[in-house]
Amino acid sequence: MSNVDTVKNAEATPDQEQPYKELGLKDDEYARIKEILGRRPTDAELAMYSVMWSEHCSYKSSKVHLKYFGETTTDEMRSKMLAGIGENAGVVDIGDGWAVTFKVESHNHPSYVEPYQGAATGVGGIVRDILAMGARPLAVMDPLRFGKPDAEDTKRVVLGIVAGVGGYGNCLGLPNIGGEVVFDESYQGNPLVNALCVGAMKVEDLHLAHASGAGNKVILYGARTGLDGIGGVSVLASETFDDSAGKRKKLPSVQVGDPFTEKVLIECSLELFEKGIVVGIQDLGGAGLSCATSELASAGDGGMHVWLERVPLRATGMTPAEILSSESQERMCAVVEPHNVDAFMEVCRKWDVIATEIGEVTEGDRLVITYHDEVVVDVPPRTVAHEGPVYDRPIQRPADQDELQANTPDSLPRPANDELLELIKTQAASPNLASKRWVTQQYDRYVRGGTVLAQPSDGGMIRIGEETHRGVALSTDCNGRYTKLDPYEGAKLALAEAYRNVSTTGATPVAVTNCLNFGSPEDPAVMWQFEQAVKGLADGCAELGIPVTGGNVSFYNQTGSTAILPTPVVGVLGVIDDVRRRIPTGIGAEAGETLLLLGETKDEFGGSEWAHVVHGHLGGLPPKADLQREKLLGEVLVAGSRDGMVSAAHDLAEGGLAQALVETCLVGETGARVFLEGDLFTELFSESAGRVLVAVPRTEEQRFTDMCTARALPWRKVGVVDPESNALEIQGLGELPLDELREAWEGTLPALFD
Amino acid sequence: MRVGVITFPGTLDDVDAQRAVRYADGEAVPLWHGDHDLKGVDAVIVPGGFSYGDYLRCGAIARFAPVMQEVIEAANKGMPVLGICNGFQILAEAHLLPGALVRNHKLHFVCRDQWLKVENNSTAWTTRYDQGAEILVPLKSGEGGYQANEDTLKELEDENRIVFRYVGENPNGSRNNIAGITNARGNVVGLMPHPEHAIDALTGPTDDGLGMFLSLLDTVVKA
Repeated sequence: MSNVDTVKNAEATPDQEQPYKELGLKDDEYARIKEILGRRPTDAELAMYSVMWSEHCSYKSSKVHLKYFGETTTDEMRSKMLAGIGENAGVVDIGDGWAVTFKVESHNHPSYVEPYQGAATGVGGIVRDILAMGARPLAVMDPLRFGKPDAEDTKRVVLGIVAGVGGYGNCLGLPNIGGEVVFDESYQGNPLVNALCVGAMKVEDLHLAHASGAGNKVILYGARTGLDGIGGVSVLASETFDDSAGKRKKLPSVQVGDPFTEKVLIECSLELFEKGIVVGIQDLGGAGLSCATSELASAGDGGMHVWLERVPLRATGMTPAEILSSESQERMCAVVEPHNVDAFMEVCRKWDVIATEIGEVTEGDRLVITYHDEVVVDVPPRTVAHEGPVYDRPIQRPADQDELQANTPDSLPRPANDELLELIKTQAASPNLASKRWVTQQYDRYVRGGTVLAQPSDGGMIRIGEETHRGVALSTDCNGRYTKLDPYEGAKLALAEAYRNVSTTGATPVAVTNCLNFGSPEDPAVMWQFEQAVKGLADGCAELGIPVTGGNVSFYNQTGSTAILPTPVVGVLGVIDDVRRRIPTGIGAEAGETLLLLGETKDEFGGSEWAHVVHGHLGGLPPKADLQREKLLGEVLVAGSRDGMVSAAHDLAEGGLAQALVETCLVGETGARVFLEGDLFTELFSESAGRVLVAVPRTEEQRFTDMCTARALPWRKVGVVDPESNALEIQGLGELPLDELREAWEGTLPALFD
Repeated sequence: MRVGVITFPGTLDDVDAQRAVRYADGEAVPLWHGDHDLKGVDAVIVPGGFSYGDYLRCGAIARFAPVMQEVIEAANKGMPVLGICNGFQILAEAHLLPGALVRNHKLHFVCRDQWLKVENNSTAWTTRYDQGAEILVPLKSGEGGYQANEDTLKELEDENRIVFRYVGENPNGSRNNIAGITNARGNVVGLMPHPEHAIDALTGPTDDGLGMFLSLLDTVVKA
């Protein structure tokens, strides 16, 4: 006990030097802590403040910009929101007494250091966030970004991350219904692992994280607390990787996941919720107990006393500071009324889950933590959890942005018509457009039996309960190349594509989440990208009339001084009242289908896959986003689904119409004959937004096109489905046999990574 | 028809197995790993998942669960028992079925729609299929490679105890393309693919798997 730094000791030794810089705190931040406490912090307090005031937990560089989401959200947009930004995850009322909660979070830095465990615990963390809202987690999705596919280290990172996402999610028993896999050299030393989880509950079962009612007990349940992940938040997530000598080695900071314990924790928690014996609940993720206790206390109406020696440990000799900042996985913290404690423990015993009463809600307004009767923490919880530092960092449009935008793709040599068929194949085989089956077949998409659509569909769709046909559709998207060229427009385009993908399944988009992955906030050029992207996303949401219900910011994604492509991943959630009316991606479900192209094709090649694959070029401006058009398109698709007028639909995105045709044929295992007018290269490869390829049964063609015309949505007949042909034929160019296309599309990833 | 569906800590596909029983007009009876009786059920399904985390050999711990002692006893008396995926691994560990399931030959977890050939339509769980029929059901496992010694393989082949075989490329390195087998009596069947995920074309690739649960209905009614 003699070496434990108590409050008494801190008062007695005001001038003792403390390693606040090593813990990631700046001089003025340390000074502010001393001012708040009226003395120097104890080691335990310093550990708490340092993790909670880290960029990852406190949003100190992004807060001033994120406010814009709130400012642009109208009451009408908010009307379906039951919980929003600031909670563990946003919650949306989807009708019929059901609520859905969803969120996406980053686990980028740990996944580079230790790909398998970093990715695995990324999945685990987001699932607990959803569980902490009182919902049953239903499905996960994983937007991933990797370095150049053929670079030496990429294989290590890809194999580890994909195995980690699968290893954890499969054992946990949640279907993986989609996501993204994108390669770009800017992610070489800094891959992105974003993890999304969606859950559902009855509206009345919503649980919020707060600790109210003096005398209520604080129960820690789940795994024991160990030495893994200590300092993970402050050191790993908030600093740039730097190989230079003299820096502290950061390898041991990645947590180790145990999906079996998490599965048991989920079932145990859901039984506790069902019995109605939980007042407040909080998961333990980044910053561990520091975060959970300070957030619970801060959101409640009293104080809290925690007896730290009661925390079950799996290592010996842990200091109070280590216990507080451990990021051991698979732990939850509940607030329970005293008379329910026995019932709580009974449920935990049934599931063999360790549960320990570690604290109590108190009358005061302090968070007091003792260790063997000595006070080691005595702080106002709000100053830890909610009143961290806020920075209005300098913003500067990059000096070379004009040059980048002036370097348009207009001067790039374009292929002749007789080269187009080969280009379709080359493009389909390029790593970013190639089939992601090699990845997704390592994920269980069937478990629990609610999956209606999964990869390679435009969006994932899941039935939310056994006794209903109601479902939700989800898509995440971001094209970092577009965002690099114009962060404002690029963020809008990410939103537009996710929105379109969800509409394409027949669901109505209702809410948005995001994971904003950027470089260092200390770089004014990065802050400019960030500010622009937030504005673009918020303005886009306002135009579409759907709210942002939550999100996550990940800064410091760079190696050395080179930032990643700005990557604001946008997730859109849609609702469908009957999943039996979902629209599939592949053609050939009905005999005699006509192919229609909805929307308009312009000469837009800035940031395109063609420029990238053929010329290695990035410059100019991205396609224009037209959100009114996206909205109209969505309404038409939903109407088409509801009235059974559409038998397949596929969104046009990277790779344009050419890639959409390839995919719709291969997924549907059916050929098509296509006839196009005008410049065939532009028709096939332009990446203009706001376009969807639909297949309509010939019997519905008139009714559907009449509807489009009446609603002023441009449409064109571009071909017919031909079940006899086994080829994609483009009039004037020739035909591509489907087996040849399949070999090109599906062969790339196995060749790179098997 | 009352069909018990066992839940171990870490079982994942119990809800799917229960749903499949209901689709076949049966009553699904949840059985807990710590139970000491089978609640008077007519048959038992040991579903898929990662029982006890499967950090040891798959199924190695689950076979010692109290409820499994009841299952072993009942199976030896002729009760129909179906082990799917992890359930198959558990039945092999419990010696109700011969052989073992090992890591897929390419070392990755594989989730895909898999064609199977029905090799034996006379077990308690396969009477609704035509001999030689091909069905499409999901396969999702990391340790699905069937292994047995030559004598055992010969015995299985000679006694027509291979129930399902993989069609096309072998997905996991299973000996003789074995996807599922039965015991000598034909009441215990274990398979790696998941028929319970193929009972409705909305949520599965087909409804080809439903035949196994309807077969059980016939078996129970006849008994």
